[in-house]
Amino acid sequence: MEGNIAEMGQFVGAGLACVGMGGAGIGVGLVAGNFLSGALRNPAAAGEQTAMVFIGIAFAEALGIFSFLVALLLMFAV
Amino acid sequence: MADEAGGSGFNIHPMEQFEVVPLFGGHEVHWYTITNATLWMALTVAVASLLMLVGSRSRAHVPSRMQSVAESIYGFVHKMIVDVTGKEGAKYFPYVMTLFLFILFANLLALIPTSFAPTSHIAVTALLALAVFFSVTAIGFYKHGTHFLKLFWVASAPTLALRIILAFIEVISYFVRPLSHSVRLAGNMMAGHAVLKVFAGFAGALGLAGILPILAITAVYGLELLVAVIQAYVFAILTVVYLNDALHPGH
Repeated sequence: MEGNIAEMGQFVGAGLACVGMGGAGIGVGLVAGNFLSGALRNPAAAGEQTAMVFIGIAFAEALGIFSFLVALLLMFAV
Repeated sequence: MADEAGGSGFNIHPMEQFEVVPLFGGHEVHWYTITNATLWMALTVAVASLLMLVGSRSRAHVPSRMQSVAESIYGFVHKMIVDVTGKEGAKYFPYVMTLFLFILFANLLALIPTSFAPTSHIAVTALLALAVFFSVTAIGFYKHGTHFLKLFWVASAPTLALRIILAFIEVISYFVRPLSHSVRLAGNMMAGHAVLKVFAGFAGALGLAGILPILAITAVYGLELLVAVIQAYVFAILTVVYLNDALHPGH
């Protein structure tokens, strides 16, 4: 099992970068869950806020995608 | 670098599908070379134009299927832009509609097996996002002159020191916009398609038990269908939100 220590670093780093996606998962879950609990309390006002929910999900998700991008860069570009 | 990984029956490389290759022989890609990316972007434009042209041709009171699809997409985007920016934003409706249709159909056509996903390439989405960024900034300065810079100055913050710190944060978040705008779309599409290919690799390696990954592919494919539409919507609505910042700066 001979290997290049730099390559090992790449793989370990890419794996570690993927931890960030878990954070994005928590964020998206918080946005969607809080929307649902609010929407069940006042269903009449829920319809107007769906755009805000998607914007919130998009912002939360972008940060997870950034960590995915770092993983991809480590695997294929460095 | 990761080419050595394809050893033990795992012979589908998940990133191979994103390769830009010339359609008519040769291996070099110049700016004028017709590649698979060119083909699928042209198909995207053709399908989107066809839907809107055929859909709006008859203008029947009782719409045909095609007309009602075209009308509901039109109404959806128009409502989105008027809801966020008010009436002034309706002037920029054609641009947002173009972006939405292009991304929507690029995402949906990419889900056809063996097709190519133009929106999974950062080069394509970065161009779209930079176009939005520069045009929105230009609209902001054209409409409000130097008052547009009030966007960065949070006048409602209690102390001067806080306002200066917030101004830094606002400036950074303004210039990160094109990055996150483009990477979000490209990353989502690339991740989804790579996941499908990884599961396809499992299905090839497992033999008879490969039915399990095939079921998983079916489920992920359904998710990807949802993601394709949601990402087009998110790209369009963020464009509208940025446009709203340019039309109504100040907090």
